[in-house]
Amino acid sequence: MNQGVAITGMGIISAIGNTVEENFTALTNNKVGISTIDNIVTIHSDSIKVGEIKKTNEALVAELGLPADNNFSRTAMLGAIAAKQAVKNAGITDINEYKTGLISSTSVGGMDMTERYYYEYFKNSSILKYVESHDGGDSSQKIADTLGITGIVSTISTACSSAANAIMLGARLIKAGKLDRVIVGGTDALAKFTINGFKTLMILSDTDNTPFDNERKGLNLGEAAAYLVLESDEVVRKEGKKVLAYVSGYGNANDAYHQTASSENGDGAFLAMQKAMKVAGLGVDDIDYINAHGTATPNNDLSEGRAIIRMFGNKAPDFSSTKPFTGHTLAAAAAIEAVYSVLSLQNNVIFPNLNFKTPMSEFDLLPQTSLKHKPIQHVLSNSFGFGGNCSTLIFSKSE
Amino acid sequence: MEAVKQELKEKIISVLNLEDVNPEDIKDTDPLFGAGLGLDSIDALELIVMLDKDYGIKLLDPKEGKAIFESIETMAKYISENRTK
Amino acid sequence: MADKNSFIQSWCTIQNNKINLNGETIFESEPTIGFADFAKAAYRNFGWSYPKFFKMDSLSKLAFIAAELLLKDETTNETETDIALVFSNKSSSMDTDVTFQESIATKENYYPSPAVFVYTLPNICMGEISIRHNLKSENSFFIFEKFNPGFLSNYTDVLLSTNRAEKVLCAWVDFYKETYRANFYLVNSTEGLEHNETTIKTLFNT
Repeated sequence: MNQGVAITGMGIISAIGNTVEENFTALTNNKVGISTIDNIVTIHSDSIKVGEIKKTNEALVAELGLPADNNFSRTAMLGAIAAKQAVKNAGITDINEYKTGLISSTSVGGMDMTERYYYEYFKNSSILKYVESHDGGDSSQKIADTLGITGIVSTISTACSSAANAIMLGARLIKAGKLDRVIVGGTDALAKFTINGFKTLMILSDTDNTPFDNERKGLNLGEAAAYLVLESDEVVRKEGKKVLAYVSGYGNANDAYHQTASSENGDGAFLAMQKAMKVAGLGVDDIDYINAHGTATPNNDLSEGRAIIRMFGNKAPDFSSTKPFTGHTLAAAAAIEAVYSVLSLQNNVIFPNLNFKTPMSEFDLLPQTSLKHKPIQHVLSNSFGFGGNCSTLIFSKSE
Repeated sequence: MEAVKQELKEKIISVLNLEDVNPEDIKDTDPLFGAGLGLDSIDALELIVMLDKDYGIKLLDPKEGKAIFESIETMAKYISENRTK
Repeated sequence: MADKNSFIQSWCTIQNNKINLNGETIFESEPTIGFADFAKAAYRNFGWSYPKFFKMDSLSKLAFIAAELLLKDETTNETETDIALVFSNKSSSMDTDVTFQESIATKENYYPSPAVFVYTLPNICMGEISIRHNLKSENSFFIFEKFNPGFLSNYTDVLLSTNRAEKVLCAWVDFYKETYRANFYLVNSTEGLEHNETTIKTLFNT
């Protein structure tokens, strides 16, 4: 197999915790983050549940020590918090000592502020500052500024696979020798925009989401941010860095089927998994755990399940979706699930697919529904986005 | 009923951006989805919004749409029986 | 790294109601007409038959036209073609985002449209092109302040030299409130204009 690119740090903030440790504790103690919505006033508040981070914007401003006249969107603040943790976790003191970049992803960007002030922009000059933070690229630049990164800063926006593509690009930049170090991940805050949008698509569940269950009703939206620090072998060697795990495989393919629906047999998902396995140089028997995309929409779970069967036959590895814990965090999903994949490798544990009761009628796949301890060498993580953008990452143990 | 059918044909063409389709091309019993007009799942959701907006009918489950949107005939019948505006 | 040579085999620009293909103007409309009418006129002019075109938002229509011109002899419905898509812009899906936002901004007239919402992501236009041309290859969408030939050419060379794709369709495709620009070019590893930052800048006059 191919060793891949070293992960030397990670940071996360999600509905189940403000640190990597808190997230791990929640995942291993069935502590879910799905609740009714507090921070946003919406007409749907009685009919939806969300994976919300229970910190107000004011609390986030205070935590980051931002000045009163800042124009950070919630997306940028969550991103900055997670990225700072990741850099600290990697033991980095001088960020520009090596050629360092940031590849960040978002789909919502500064929408949370824009929608709040949409009609006020013309009347109230004190909020005009948020116009500038609307762009998706603004959150990335603010995170880079918070970290003091002077190198390449790039923003990826490919819907719910965004962060997987950011991790993939970061790994390639390291492999190609263009960068020595890169911070990769994604951030998305809850917004009325996405709540209403997913509502019109009729894929929001009014209950806790139930991935791979025959009676699944749809997804819960969530918000989160997570970042990984990737470093070249040379930096790892020179600095005597502790490697948490490796990004050993990655693949992206387009499903070429529909703007928002996945194809019946999961063509894009299958191709993404196949490409990632090839890059990692692994066979189907090598994968110990699949962290599925598993959004709990009728369409995704059927399509993804069929793709898993196409890839692994009737001996699919243990798999689970962690979205019953966090909700679907859109452009951040692949980043938080990358952190969970590394935690799985480090602790030899598979996190449960909660809320599962009835097997799907279309096939015999059964998710892992309780916490399971077993030796884990390789974890495969799927993330699929609207626009048919399908990505798979493979993470491998460090020793 | 005939008036509703004609109105529906015009609305469907305009709401779903069916360029190159004229109301007289759509027969009352033609299937709207699949082979017929080639509508897809997003079009179905858009028709659900139209029922709400123009006829005051709220569908909560997209699966309900399947039988209702089978043809102009079935749609007109459902609307006539359930409209609130 | 880039041990394989790469070449631009064809390119296309669309702006101000004018379409240029490989340096020649192949279609234009009065600059005073709106984009929707211009796009429809172009569609009719080239004799295309793809009714889904009329359901797309402006960003997707813009991307569709350029891709159609560059890929028409490259792809078939029968077999998949290994052409990666590397797209970028500044405004993301802002034009459609605004339309959707207006539909949810007031309680009185609250009818958000699912057909509008599906286009509130920039990469949907890549999905439309992938569907049209039966491409299941890699694709990624980047947000930049401005057209970034250096980044795109680097990324493209990595994709080609690591055999991730046979060809790469690169694009800057930006649309906001009737101001738009499409810079598209197709890169291969066998023949054409030398593919590098300088050539791209010259072709697209940036």
